Amino acid sequence: MPRLIVYHAHPAQLLSKANKALALQAKVMDGTTYVDLYAEYPRFDIDIEKEQQRLTDHDVILFQFPLFWYSTPSIIKEWLDLVLEHGFAYGSGGTQLAGKRMMLAVTAAGPEAAYSTDGYQNFPLRTFLTPMEQTANLCKMEFVPPYVLYGALKAAEDGRIASHAETYGTLLEAIRDDQFDFDTAAGMDVLTSDTLPLRQEA
Amino acid sequence: MDGFLLLSFVFLGAMIIAVPLASKLGLGSVLGFLIAGIALSPLLQTLGVDIISIQHFAEFGVVMMLFLVGLELEPKMLWDMRARLLGLGGLQVGVTAVLVTAISMALGISWSVAVAIGLVLSLSSTAIVLQTLNEKGLMKSDGGQSSFSVLLFQDIAVIPMLAFIPLLALPELADIAHGAADTAHGATDTAHADASHGSDDHGDDHGGGDHGGSMSLVDGMAGWMRALVTIGAIGAVVVGGTLLTRPVFRYVAVAKLRELFTAAALAAVVGIALLMTLVGLSPALGTFLAGVVLANSEYRHELESDIEPFKGLLLGLFFITVGAGIDFELLIANIGNVVLLTVGLIALKAGVLLVLARIFGVTGSDKWLFALGLAQAGEFGFVLLSFTVANNVIPGPLADQLLLVVALSMLLTPGLFILYDRVIAPRMFNAGDSEADEITKDGSVIIAGHGRFGGIVNRMLLQVGYKTVVLDYSSAQLDMLRTFGVTAFFGDATRPDLLHAAGIEHARMLVVAIDDREQATALVHYVHHNYPHVHIVARAVHRDHVYELYSAGCRDIIRDTFDSSVRAGRSAFEALGMHPYEAERRSRDFVQNDRRALADLASLYDPDIPNYENKPYVARVKELTEEQERMMRGEQSAFTSRVNRGWNPPSLGDVVAEEAAGKETDPRRTT
Repeated sequence: MPRLIVYHAHPAQLLSKANKALALQAKVMDGTTYVDLYAEYPRFDIDIEKEQQRLTDHDVILFQFPLFWYSTPSIIKEWLDLVLEHGFAYGSGGTQLAGKRMMLAVTAAGPEAAYSTDGYQNFPLRTFLTPMEQTANLCKMEFVPPYVLYGALKAAEDGRIASHAETYGTLLEAIRDDQFDFDTAAGMDVLTSDTLPLRQEA
Repeated sequence: MDGFLLLSFVFLGAMIIAVPLASKLGLGSVLGFLIAGIALSPLLQTLGVDIISIQHFAEFGVVMMLFLVGLELEPKMLWDMRARLLGLGGLQVGVTAVLVTAISMALGISWSVAVAIGLVLSLSSTAIVLQTLNEKGLMKSDGGQSSFSVLLFQDIAVIPMLAFIPLLALPELADIAHGAADTAHGATDTAHADASHGSDDHGDDHGGGDHGGSMSLVDGMAGWMRALVTIGAIGAVVVGGTLLTRPVFRYVAVAKLRELFTAAALAAVVGIALLMTLVGLSPALGTFLAGVVLANSEYRHELESDIEPFKGLLLGLFFITVGAGIDFELLIANIGNVVLLTVGLIALKAGVLLVLARIFGVTGSDKWLFALGLAQAGEFGFVLLSFTVANNVIPGPLADQLLLVVALSMLLTPGLFILYDRVIAPRMFNAGDSEADEITKDGSVIIAGHGRFGGIVNRMLLQVGYKTVVLDYSSAQLDMLRTFGVTAFFGDATRPDLLHAAGIEHARMLVVAIDDREQATALVHYVHHNYPHVHIVARAVHRDHVYELYSAGCRDIIRDTFDSSVRAGRSAFEALGMHPYEAERRSRDFVQNDRRALADLASLYDPDIPNYENKPYVARVKELTEEQERMMRGEQSAFTSRVNRGWNPPSLGDVVAEEAAGKETDPRRTT
């Protein structure tokens, strides 16, 4: 059974709707580890040993965050800078993460149509996530396509948050129980609540 | 009593007038004192003052000076100096003495007298040289260190000389000595028929002075007993200095009376000098040893600043007596002889020193500093001369002339230092053949007050490897520090002399962490105005203190309980269920608000009026408080939005409107 850890990063959770709902799913899930990065490190003094141990102890590393300026909230960058040390995550002897999986669960403000060469964001969403993808590659991890909520600012009004969060719960459960179809997922661009590839129960 | 007051006033007045004048003319304080002495000499003669006995009293300044020199010298440094001390010092005394003896014999003086003269003139003036080197800041240079080694050796060499000189007047030699005396007397007889006072007046009273041991425990003891007592006395100084100082000074410190500490320091120096005199050792050597023993103690800086003024005044008095002691009638009568002998002596000694400097690798301007600095005869010469007269080794009239040579050579020494300063040193530096001055102190941090506040600052700085000097005025605190192996010095940091002793001139930073609010402010004010290069970090005990420190010149002010209180508030937020990062941001916001209010109120603060009577101040405080309350209560959202500024998403209405208008949705804000 793959061991799953969810790193949640949102600096103003009082104002959060979508990510709060997602985080709640992860928090109550049995058999998975949930970390609120901003709660654990409000002053950014990240415990490198502890985090490396957490990585060693898990097989699927999932970062859940709102997209800020086409990137992660700053604490994830700090976390990457400190925890993925040379000799641990990459470089000579840096094979501790080899064979593990990295996955992202992001919320994006713009609508799906905006994230294309024709849309006003000019690029597909995956393009903005390539730094994370290559980070995974360099650490010999398999990068799983992201689980995305588009138009997140309007999602509450449209009533899409509940279903997105519920499917997120299903996703986490499937990963935990080894029911998630990573092979099918690998061929997809992004995952949404409608396109979750689950393995058929035998 | 009147006489004492009059004399004190005359000496002090002369110092006050002459020394600043000499300093202004670039002549140095020593020459100032000497000139003051010369100017005073007719007056003193009319008053019938016994200059020689004052001089012997003032020689105690030399003893104090060596104590201070010892304090600057840790035992390890002294050990490192041993080659120079014995080699350079021994050769200087030996070679000079042999050459002077040979020349004297060539001039027709009998060998025993010549040997005595050689010994007398081989010594240099510790008082003038060390004082001048300190004044010019040359003590730590190579030339200064070499000079010090030689002077220290001379101080030690005086003891065996005092033992040896009487042997030159043994019965079988006495006749020859008298014969020589007669010849010498004959040569100068006419010149000073009525000037034969000098040695006869004071020779017996003060034979050996402070250095000779007129009062002695060891007279009449067998050699081995004498040795035993001597070793015992030195042992007592070393062991007493190591073991007794701390409890004694701690006991004295309990009274919290500065004067008492000064008294204790003086008592220590006087006591050691007395002990050394009793066993027939040089008191200068004894106090020097005591100084070295105490160099590692936390009381070092306090001792330094307590003894320093006494040393300065006594040395000044000593130099005045040297100036006043010059017998002008005799000098004028023998002007050619005396000047020739003086110049010859200086040239000879400088020559020997130059050769030794070359052998011991002292180069460049240091070589000249060393050679010119030590070329005079010294105050020990006076002592030895009167001692030789008392022991019938050198005839009185010859001794009187030699006395003049010694005094004149001392008088010329400041001139030689000026020659070094103005002519030799600039040329050496321009020629570029000497290495740059070694920076002996690489800017340390002085921490005033080592309590819970300063202690943490000290620990942080030490951990990273910065050099700190800690000053504290609590013995209990020092005890605690010692158990943790921290080096701290006992003393009141608000005293300028102690700051000086702790090296404020070379310090990079001063951390003011003393408890007393007014003293802290005064300290900041003093250091900011006198040593503007020193960065000051000051602890403020409350808000008003911040304003006081600011106006005293500090720009790095830390309120002592503010940060910890804010942390406590943040912990309370978290315990009440607030998200830790939210708690962090709210406490940061609180700090910023508070700082703004602090700056806002600074302009209204008036140190002369208590805040509650300061109407504009009170009014503004009310305004600020109301503003704060409005934010917290009535306009909760305004406050929240300021705290969350960057992460506050646009309202749904805005999103819809922007999308309808075909505008781009804010990429920064999301949920």
